[in-house]
Amino acid sequence: MEEQIQTLKPQVLTAIQTAKTLAEIEEVRVQALGKNGTITGLMKELGNMEPDKRKAAGQILNVFKTEVLTEIEAKKKALETAELNARLAMESIDVTLPSRPETTAGRVHPISQVMEEMLTIFGQMGFEMAEGPDIEDDWHNFEALNIPADHPARQMQATFFMEGDQKSLLRTQTSGVQIRTMETKKPPIRIVAPGRTYRKDYDATHTPMFHQIEGLVIDKTTTLAHLKGTLMEFMKLFFETDDIQLRFRPSFFPFTEPSYEADVGGALARNIGKEWIELLGCGMVHPNVLKNCGLNPDEYQGYAFGCGIDRFAMLKYGIPDLRGFFEADMRWIKHFGFLPTDVPTITNGLSMNGGNKKC
Amino acid sequence: MLVSLKWLEKHLDTTASVSEIVERLTMIGLEVEEVKDPSADLAPFIIGEIKTVIQHPNADRLKVLTVWTGTETLQIVCGAPNVRVGLKSILARPGDIIPKLGTKLEKGVIRGVESQGMMCAEDELNLGEDHTGIIELETELPAGTPITDVIKTDVILDVNVTPNRPDCLGIRGIARDLAATGIGTFIPEKREKLTDAFPSPIHVSITDKACHHFVGRYIRGVKNGESPTWLKELLLSVGLRPISALVDITNYLSIGACRPLHVFDADKIVGNLVIRSAQNGEKMMALDDKEYTLSEGMTVIADDNGVQSIAGVMGGTATAVTAETTCIFLESAFFTPESIARTGRLLNLVSDARTRFEHGVDPASCRSGNDLATQLILELCGGEASAPVEAGSAPTTQPEITFDFGLVEKICALSIPREEMVSILQALGFEVDHQRIRVPSWRVHDIKQPIDLVEEIVRIHGLNNLPEMKMRSETLPTGMLLPHQKRESIVRRTLAARGLNQAITWSFMDSRLAQYFGSKNVRIANPISSDLDEMRPSLIPNLLSAVKRNQDYGIKDVQLFEVGPEFYSAIPGEQRMVAAGVRAGSWTLRHFAEATRPVDVFDAKADAWDALCSMNAPQNLQVFRNAPSWYHPGRSGSFQLGKNIVAVFGEIHPSILKVYDIKTPVVAFEVYMDALPLPKPKGKTIKPLKLSNLTPLTRDFAFVMDKSVDAAKVIASIQNVNRDLISHVSVFDVYEGEHLPEGKKQLAFQVVIQPVDKTLTDKEIEILSTQIINLVSRNTGATLRS
Repeated sequence: MEEQIQTLKPQVLTAIQTAKTLAEIEEVRVQALGKNGTITGLMKELGNMEPDKRKAAGQILNVFKTEVLTEIEAKKKALETAELNARLAMESIDVTLPSRPETTAGRVHPISQVMEEMLTIFGQMGFEMAEGPDIEDDWHNFEALNIPADHPARQMQATFFMEGDQKSLLRTQTSGVQIRTMETKKPPIRIVAPGRTYRKDYDATHTPMFHQIEGLVIDKTTTLAHLKGTLMEFMKLFFETDDIQLRFRPSFFPFTEPSYEADVGGALARNIGKEWIELLGCGMVHPNVLKNCGLNPDEYQGYAFGCGIDRFAMLKYGIPDLRGFFEADMRWIKHFGFLPTDVPTITNGLSMNGGNKKC
Repeated sequence: MLVSLKWLEKHLDTTASVSEIVERLTMIGLEVEEVKDPSADLAPFIIGEIKTVIQHPNADRLKVLTVWTGTETLQIVCGAPNVRVGLKSILARPGDIIPKLGTKLEKGVIRGVESQGMMCAEDELNLGEDHTGIIELETELPAGTPITDVIKTDVILDVNVTPNRPDCLGIRGIARDLAATGIGTFIPEKREKLTDAFPSPIHVSITDKACHHFVGRYIRGVKNGESPTWLKELLLSVGLRPISALVDITNYLSIGACRPLHVFDADKIVGNLVIRSAQNGEKMMALDDKEYTLSEGMTVIADDNGVQSIAGVMGGTATAVTAETTCIFLESAFFTPESIARTGRLLNLVSDARTRFEHGVDPASCRSGNDLATQLILELCGGEASAPVEAGSAPTTQPEITFDFGLVEKICALSIPREEMVSILQALGFEVDHQRIRVPSWRVHDIKQPIDLVEEIVRIHGLNNLPEMKMRSETLPTGMLLPHQKRESIVRRTLAARGLNQAITWSFMDSRLAQYFGSKNVRIANPISSDLDEMRPSLIPNLLSAVKRNQDYGIKDVQLFEVGPEFYSAIPGEQRMVAAGVRAGSWTLRHFAEATRPVDVFDAKADAWDALCSMNAPQNLQVFRNAPSWYHPGRSGSFQLGKNIVAVFGEIHPSILKVYDIKTPVVAFEVYMDALPLPKPKGKTIKPLKLSNLTPLTRDFAFVMDKSVDAAKVIASIQNVNRDLISHVSVFDVYEGEHLPEGKKQLAFQVVIQPVDKTLTDKEIEILSTQIINLVSRNTGATLRS
């Protein structure tokens, strides 16, 4: 028996080692351990042996059998791995190919984005949002704002007039919303009103349609110092820098007295090689305007300001000129626009929270 | 308003530098928009003295000079006829930039002789127009002296005068404001006593209430020649062409003191002058050589022959002064701003006089203005003056304001000592008697109530000490936007997330295109151009223009949207908010893994639906096959809530695309945001989630039906069989054509059945299927495909 094993062992082990496929190794297994296998044959022979020899032979045979089984399993694993690897190699593809072009996100126009940024800040300061129509009447756009007919101030704003008997016009400023608000709401009033505005100007620095945001605060105690404080805080939050100076330069608007142009200095101005940049118009609401809205100017006072949203967008995001804002050029919108996920918040920082733009 | 520094110094005694003056003006509300200082350009040039002159060997008209610069001798070739030994002129050396040309002078060789510089003529340095020879300097200063020490150029400031400051449309007014800031001393006017040599043969009368005061003077024996150099230079410096002494004098007072005047040739006046309203149809040839047809309500100055001057705007040619004029009638009057503004606007006639009158000249200055002009005329043109004739009168008293000085602090939170406030007002010409403030006549148009005095005080005091006070709300602010305002933001981000890019296009458009989009003829009377003359009745037309522009740039696949108003009337408020979008070209770029496809109506439908959902649209919206005329009639539809159309979508009508010359199909949608009811405020809790442990199963059905049957109706029929069990119905195949009878289509549906309490038996599923087949058949005439 021992001899037989000695003869059989190298044959079986070699067969295992030289098997190249799972099928071959299975064949080896059947030959050795199948019903009529060589090892199975030896097992059967054990039964014919004398008990004392049988015990010794049985032990040897079992060791051999276990060894063969282990070898077969190991070979099987190795072959399986090799086969899998071969399949994986076959299946390999070029992952540097571009991914599927499922629609990429579009963009939000910078004017809308900046408008939301502004509303986010003013909302924090307790302002409410007010609205007015694009087509206005003379009362709300001029008369009530202390700009009577034939007043030279009317020439400051080239006005579009509507055909027809209504004497309607396209609002030249969002200031009409001040009147609409004060006509319907009693102080304290704290509103901002963004919207489209129109003037008959069209050149490198003017478009016949543009966007303004109007602010109005009316109560019994608000002063010019509050106006300065509000604007200062607004500028810092909006431009996201503390390197800001604010200068009030006396000017003239019929609906405020005193009236100022607010110039901004600091990093923003230095970046474009200037000391000051003219940014917005503001002032204390004129007593005549309060009277026109049925408010007693001895009792109520407050401030108003109006600024160009388009200009703020240009300054903050370095958009070099007005051309492009209203041309709906896809290249421009994709370049200067914002991701839909770029939602302005105070807590996250105002801008660029939406991740990288991919194209 | 252009202000010459030399002219300013006639009214203001100051040692301040140009930059100090500019800064001060800007900070008191007289913004300096530009400073023109020619001396900067002249800085490099020096005096050069000609030492020798010899004939150029190769050119008859050229001379070769040696010129002493004070440190060296240069050889210069020069063609000027007036070169001579000993002449001092202005020398430009290599490297200097010649102001007229804006280029650097370089060493050169002229006809074989080296030239190491240039002697300058007036025009080359922008000092005048003369080019007949080099400048001849009469100076004791030695060669090498910078010429800015010899020639004192004038500095010109372009001051932005706001409409409330007509007094600053005169240089004297600007000087007064500057003096009030302490930068110099205001120089009083020198008025001499005039002799009334004779009574005026021309009399004046006023019948138009727009003229409050008229002062005239007859001056005889004048000689209307050229003005003296000082006057011509001042006028030129502020951009006015000198005409003749008489005209120049009126301009001098108009610009210098905001006192418009007019001189008539007295010999051409027939009879007396009357200031009256024009009659309709009266005509006058004005000094701008245009004939104006006048109408009632315009104030004119007329003699027996008719209108001789459009009062306060422009005189007529018939009575204009000429070089031959010897007798004149000098007018100095006050017309109300409203009447002049109206006349000027109706005639579309702009003049220096109109600008001043419509902003408001000093109503008390008619007599003094006339006197000052007469004084100058006698001085420069000779002659003798009559006694003045007057009609109407200057205001006898100035308005008075009772002023609580505490108002400054109440409005501005700025504490200024009372003495300072008083002295500011006084420096500006106000008379202060305790709380009674008398307004100077030149400010009556602007200063009407206490707040105006606050502005004056704060303007001159400055805002350097203005504190910054913060505004805080007592409670933490919550959402500032009303529900409909919030929608705009949400819809923008939803559509952008769907791959659409937000455009902002004009609210107006071409009326010729508007007719294709249900034009309501909301026209602009004075459009910026004829193709932007109507308020858009829809957002689609401007978006289609944008598609065309983008495709012209080579961008074939366009995805744009806009959220903005459309207009249906010229009455304020008759506009509605719309979210609209367009897609053109392919859905995606070409890709190896997936075939691309052209955009189609279902993309637009999905855009509209997502937009609607983002605005919490009710889920029971119905889709109908109707849309406005600019959509393809067979490939468009609308979302309706009851009878209200809340959105439309579809392919754009091919004939519209033809109008725009767009070659690819375009799909579009319009969501009428205002038509959607606002969601009712309700609690924030989300309804409970019911998860079933039972596995859902699916069954497929293919029905054949008439083409006209709405798929939506089939789906609804299927769902109606058992809304508890049928959780979803989808259409996975649409077939028309071969193997089907004419006019038929086949739709295949997958029905998802979600058992509720227990697993369904085969029998129960069988019954459900039969019910589906029967109900669909009954409702739509469809048959199950055999």
